[in-house]
Amino acid sequence: MPLVSEIDFGTPAARSEKLVTLTIDGREITVPEGTSIMRASMEAGIEIPKLCATDMIDAFGSCRLCLIEIDGRNGTPASCTTPVAPGISVHTQTSRLKDIRKGVMELYISDHPLDCLTCAANGDCELQDMAGAVGLRDVRYGYEGENHVRARNNGEINAKWMPKDESNPYFTFDPAKCIVCSRCVRACEEVQGTFALTIEGRGFGSVVSAGMHEDFLSSECVSCGACVQACPTATLTEKSVIEIGQPEHSVVTTCAYCGVGCSFKAEMRGEELIRMVPWKDGQANRGHSCVKGRFAYGYSTHKERILNPMIREKVTDPWREVSWEEALAHTAGEFRRLQYQYGRDSVGGITSSRCTNEETYLVQKLVRAGFGNNNVDTCARVCHSPTGYGLGATFGTSAGTQNFDSIEHSDVVVVIGANPTDGHPVFASRLKKRLREGARLIVIDPRRIDLVSSPHVKAAHHLPLKPGTNVALLTALAHVIVTEGLYNESFIRERCDWSEFEDWAAFVSEPHHSPEAIEALCGVPAEEIRGAARLYATGGNGAIYYGLGVTEHSQGSTAVIAIANLSMVTGNIGRPGVGVNPLRGQNNVQGSCDMGSFPHELPGYRHISDDATRDIFEKLWGVTISNEPGLRINNMLDAAVDGGFKGLYIQGEDILQSDPDTRHVAAGLAAMECVVVQDLFLNETANYAHVFLPGSTFLEKDGTFTNAERRINRVRRVMTPRNGYADWEVTQNLARAMGLDWNYTHPSQIMDEIAATTPSFAMVSYDYLERMGSVQWPCNEKAPLGSPIMHIDGFVRGRGKFIRTEYVATDEKIGPRFPLLLTTGRILSQYNVGAQTRRTDNVVWHEEDRLEIHPNDAELRGVRDGDWVRLSSRAGDTTLRALVTDRVAPGVVYTTFHHPTTQANVITTDFSDWATNCPEYKVTAVQISPSNGPSQWQIDYDEQARQSRRIAGKMEAAE
Amino acid sequence: MNQHISSLDISARTLDIVSEMKSLEGPLLPILHAIQAEFGHVPQEILPLIARELNLSRAEVHGVVTFYHDYRNHPAGRHVLKLCRAEACQSMGGDHLAERVKTLLGIDFHQTTLDGAVTLEPVYCLGLCSAAPSAMLDGAVHGRLDADAVDALVAEVRA
Repeated sequence: MPLVSEIDFGTPAARSEKLVTLTIDGREITVPEGTSIMRASMEAGIEIPKLCATDMIDAFGSCRLCLIEIDGRNGTPASCTTPVAPGISVHTQTSRLKDIRKGVMELYISDHPLDCLTCAANGDCELQDMAGAVGLRDVRYGYEGENHVRARNNGEINAKWMPKDESNPYFTFDPAKCIVCSRCVRACEEVQGTFALTIEGRGFGSVVSAGMHEDFLSSECVSCGACVQACPTATLTEKSVIEIGQPEHSVVTTCAYCGVGCSFKAEMRGEELIRMVPWKDGQANRGHSCVKGRFAYGYSTHKERILNPMIREKVTDPWREVSWEEALAHTAGEFRRLQYQYGRDSVGGITSSRCTNEETYLVQKLVRAGFGNNNVDTCARVCHSPTGYGLGATFGTSAGTQNFDSIEHSDVVVVIGANPTDGHPVFASRLKKRLREGARLIVIDPRRIDLVSSPHVKAAHHLPLKPGTNVALLTALAHVIVTEGLYNESFIRERCDWSEFEDWAAFVSEPHHSPEAIEALCGVPAEEIRGAARLYATGGNGAIYYGLGVTEHSQGSTAVIAIANLSMVTGNIGRPGVGVNPLRGQNNVQGSCDMGSFPHELPGYRHISDDATRDIFEKLWGVTISNEPGLRINNMLDAAVDGGFKGLYIQGEDILQSDPDTRHVAAGLAAMECVVVQDLFLNETANYAHVFLPGSTFLEKDGTFTNAERRINRVRRVMTPRNGYADWEVTQNLARAMGLDWNYTHPSQIMDEIAATTPSFAMVSYDYLERMGSVQWPCNEKAPLGSPIMHIDGFVRGRGKFIRTEYVATDEKIGPRFPLLLTTGRILSQYNVGAQTRRTDNVVWHEEDRLEIHPNDAELRGVRDGDWVRLSSRAGDTTLRALVTDRVAPGVVYTTFHHPTTQANVITTDFSDWATNCPEYKVTAVQISPSNGPSQWQIDYDEQARQSRRIAGKMEAAE
Repeated sequence: MNQHISSLDISARTLDIVSEMKSLEGPLLPILHAIQAEFGHVPQEILPLIARELNLSRAEVHGVVTFYHDYRNHPAGRHVLKLCRAEACQSMGGDHLAERVKTLLGIDFHQTTLDGAVTLEPVYCLGLCSAAPSAMLDGAVHGRLDADAVDALVAEVRA
């Protein structure tokens, strides 16, 4: 298996539909107008030497190596900056060009170290390749003159030399090897959009500088790796390559962090992962990456990873390592005992949005076919379940309507309750690129997120609403659109139900929905609301992207419906550049929902009460499936506290840390007799577990993930599971131990079963994915190539449905005891509960969760930046350190939840969405007071966690 | 103009200048000029402020400031003497005069005399090739220099 090599065409593809034919070195080639001669030449299979050009960034024309000659034209133009023209005849190799190139290379090499044999880029260095290509044999200028290469020149200090910058945990910057081609600077600007790099000085003194001559770590750099990817020399190199050497083979796979679902090449040396390199053919990321996907994979070999199954009688006992056979037999026996003793419905399972589609499918199959009930739920319950409900009710399908490429056609982008630069960084980079091209941005978020104002990005409107007032604000936007006559009547008449629209229009037109009326409620000036509504309705292609700031509310489903209403009333649905797009938090949250993880739905969102659907599965599985929906996660926990629910199989989810009201979750788990946790690490939930089944990482298994744009991407195994089995094999072995006759030998067989039973996956198979790379469901006879954009000619449900969205304030209200509103979010370098990213060097960016508080609120309470504060709500209290900032409005505080010691969910309450029980994470009334240390709960919890993680025969890990 | 200005004043004044000139097309260079005119140099600590106000990154502002020799990151002497080092002036004895000035002032290029009286800088072409060798003292140009003329210039700045 060789390295997957990607052709570098030198400049980006041209979009023109007009074609131009020209001749290059006697070969005729036809390319789109606007293509560079360099790219056209590469497409004809002729490689022109180059150093400063690469196809992820625009042509620059600085290295003077890619010169060509054109018959009838003067001089030797650069092929990267010269576009093709009809009928021209280009020569890429003439004696004149050869001389120039050799001369240029000679100058480059005269200021470059000659340590190729011991250089980390040896074998992967474009400078080395070009020296070879132009036939450089000698450097007449010598190496003694002014240079950036040596620390000392003839015994004297060389002021031009700069030491290697090793501040970033994942890559080094060695200015001595830099040829100042600006590729890193341009990649940071054009691909990532952070603008953290620049060329400092001028002439021979030019050097690459991070920030204002800072080291990389303290600069604005977000460590996305685009510069490392772009560097043609060893100047920017992964530390892993320096340490280990060049990879020898690579496998294309899919990142297991957020819902963007980036494609990567896992570059390997044997079974050792050297680096993850974003794959240019990946249709979600188009060759870009973020700090998590590109660098934060070290958790897979972290010392705390558990590799052997363990069991224990009581959660107060230490763990006992056992064989797989014993662990599975014990688990199967326990579940059978519980069902015999307490009834069939006393056990259930939780599927993971981190695992593959195939694994999720098997867990729900185990529950339905093995446990014989519908007690299966998934972590989407606590994030995007309102998306399923809201979009299902209005459009007829519960998924985003667009692909990520669609953003390139948007004119107005509305971001609601999402922070893409931190949560979905690769999408954010694509969004920022479009904004730099002139698209306008509306941000609806209580906090001044980076998109509101950052280099070359400025939101046209920022509506900093009070947490919990989404529905009021969204309805006010609709009010403006309807009452000012900005709605798209022909679209509505053609695609939606007109009488439903009239009813809804009358509802939103009521005066108490006007911006002026709700200004006091949500704290946003009426004029801003009107301006935003007008811009969205009239600014061209309007696209809405939203996140958990919409769904995790007591009216989460209503807010999703309100968003769908806005897109329908303006006709912004069913073509590129528009649509409604939930930004999914986890790699496979879309897939886990698709696979029937909810207690009321079979795969493909078909209700459990539908006889025809049940019949398909009953025949195939040879069982009877109950037509009654099972228990949701919170119902399971309630039932456990009441004594009726006794056993739970949890695959890859840490409900104790991620679900609201930690004390209640803990009480529920403590009341069960058999809690089985399948995970990489002894997570917080495992503190209450009786069986621990070690899980495998995404690098250790085959399967598929479905990202936020419904794209089914292949996950490919690159190394042997260190725990012995991929997760799907563990579930299968457990099913067998329970007496089920499962005989899958490869996940492709599971996908075949999914395709056979689920219409929207009808044509999906591993062979198909191998051929197509990836596909967006629905993929069936009607859409054999998949569906990049949905609802093109009509809504899935037939006609789009307008639904009234009455604002009902949450019961979680501020008052004298709890006068501030707490809302929660994420940070770029950490992922969710942090089980993975906390076990990588990403902690250098975020060691602890901090509480953001406005200076006014801080001063009122005598809190200074960095002080410990006690954060209390009616549910509980915790302590963390304050960060005084005006990013949050007065009256609002904000924190992340990446670290278990923070215990942010001790604070959150058990209020939830009316339709789906999605918890109201984003609004909690709290009080802040100065503190001098952890709360009693944190101390007790720490001790309990330490006790519960003991493994018999093993010393506690020394910190 | 070597007056001590508190950093708060610098930020406040910078914000004034930025908000005044922000609407210009390509406002960064005019703003930097105005700041240098105001403070005698471009204080490093205000670059992030300018970046934030103009929706740029600190790196970008740093790149621009370091590209132009005329922007200083620390105050100059009371006088600034620039000697032309370009081809025409060199061929007319500019090198010799430069050595003379350095000796008289006791400093090298890019340095300021200890009493803060004068900063000596090289410049590459003042457009006075026909009157080479040439120099610029505090913005005023001087042509056809010889030993006596540079002595007079040095005496003037030393006065």
